[in-house]
Amino acid sequence: MCGIVGLFLKNEALQPELGRLTALMLHEMCERGPDSAGFAIYGGGDERAKLVLLSKTGEADFPALGKRLGEALGADVDIETLHDHAILRTNAEGRAARGWIIENAPDVTVLSLGKSIEVFKGVGDPDRVAKDFGLAKRSGTHAIAHTRMATESAITTQGSHPFSTGADTCLVHNGSLSNHNNLREILAAGGERFQTENDSEVAAAYLAHRMAEGDTLNEALEGAIRDLDGFYTFAIGTADGFAVLRDPIACKPAVIAETDDWVAMASEFRAIAPLPGVENAKIWEPEPARIYSWSHAA
Amino acid sequence: MTTDNATRNSNLDLDNLPLRDLNAALQGAEEGGFTVLNPGGAHALACGLDAPVEVTIKGHAGYYCAGMNKHATVTIEGNASTGLAENMMSGTVRVKGNVSQSAGATAHGGLLIIEGDASARCGISLKGAEIVVGGSVGHMSAFMAQAGALVVCGDAGEALGDSIYEARLYVRGTVASLGADCIEKEMRDEHRTQLADLLARAGMDADVADFRRYGSARQLYNFKIDNAY
Repeated sequence: MCGIVGLFLKNEALQPELGRLTALMLHEMCERGPDSAGFAIYGGGDERAKLVLLSKTGEADFPALGKRLGEALGADVDIETLHDHAILRTNAEGRAARGWIIENAPDVTVLSLGKSIEVFKGVGDPDRVAKDFGLAKRSGTHAIAHTRMATESAITTQGSHPFSTGADTCLVHNGSLSNHNNLREILAAGGERFQTENDSEVAAAYLAHRMAEGDTLNEALEGAIRDLDGFYTFAIGTADGFAVLRDPIACKPAVIAETDDWVAMASEFRAIAPLPGVENAKIWEPEPARIYSWSHAA
Repeated sequence: MTTDNATRNSNLDLDNLPLRDLNAALQGAEEGGFTVLNPGGAHALACGLDAPVEVTIKGHAGYYCAGMNKHATVTIEGNASTGLAENMMSGTVRVKGNVSQSAGATAHGGLLIIEGDASARCGISLKGAEIVVGGSVGHMSAFMAQAGALVVCGDAGEALGDSIYEARLYVRGTVASLGADCIEKEMRDEHRTQLADLLARAGMDADVADFRRYGSARQLYNFKIDNAY
């Protein structure tokens, strides 16, 4: 199974409510993915690069890592620790910082990189993961979240969704890909840095790679329909956008609801049912191989 | 509550009752009316009923609601998820809202009424049941449908009736595309009579004259006598 949810706010007045509403949606998907969970939340652009780090062992010395990174890149680095995660802010170039950490800190996974995205993950009960990282109190513009029932790789925190490899881009996935090993090699040869064996990370890297090469989100997704083989319902976040895509067979579930105030997607309608104004929402199931996207930039 | 004191118009509240106990109470009843409160999208609600009980679900149902239904009347005052009334044998299932994919899959008998939209694969492998949809149906609906009827008051998605056998499909709106071996067919009196009856039983206000009929061209492998066993 796996459960996925996404909430993209159109009405700015709802921004303080984003985390609370996302937590309600995530709660409804606990049964679909009791193994682990994670969420990405987008809020207010930071001037500096922001990286969210995970200690694989729970014992990483984040302040020491920040100091080493600062010295290596000649940059200012601030660290804010939260359980086994840390938010690192730096005036160094974000991609360079990510590359340095992957290269030099084998006990740390970089969960996200960007100016507005923050990704948090944990193993076990999704409600507890949401509580540990204070999801309900967070504000922002859009969020996506995932509850995982692992099929393709081990139950670990770094194997939980969302996956994010490029700046302010992330993806959650319900399904399984069949050509991810080949695609991972191609993308790695093109300079993408992978941190897990997970198929969904390949999908995230594919989109990030295409967009780094100049594609729009929609163009990258058109490429994904052609180049990704397997079953998928994806919810994708970018700095100012949100998209949903199902494979051409579309057997992994998805439902979308839209009002004047928000767009929501979920694996099942029950996750959308608690949202305010849902009784007047336009509700539909996305068609196979059709890109649905929304943007704040438009 | 227990089976013994299941009486007419009992309320069953899923906030206070485990799902298995609720289903056991419904399955144990011979007759009577039941109202399910706080369904909260739970899966397998009111499955395997085989007596003429009346069940009203006040809210949204999860996967496989009213699966294998026999004799019972189940009404969902909300939306329903994947596999609604799958393999229904008889009785009536009505949904006030929208339903997810594979509604009425492999259903042998009975009447399934969807007042809103149905998504992909509505009536897949239909084996004799009748389905009336007030709105539209998604892609691959009536795939390999063998017997029964599917009425769509709105539009049909891609590949309607792919590899269909003898089921009858009536669509009022547009059909995005027809699947393999599915063609438009003439509406004769017997079809108009059947459609009018189905619309009336479903309580749909629609004019028979606005519908087109689709069915099998009988050109695929299994229709060729040389391929018979």
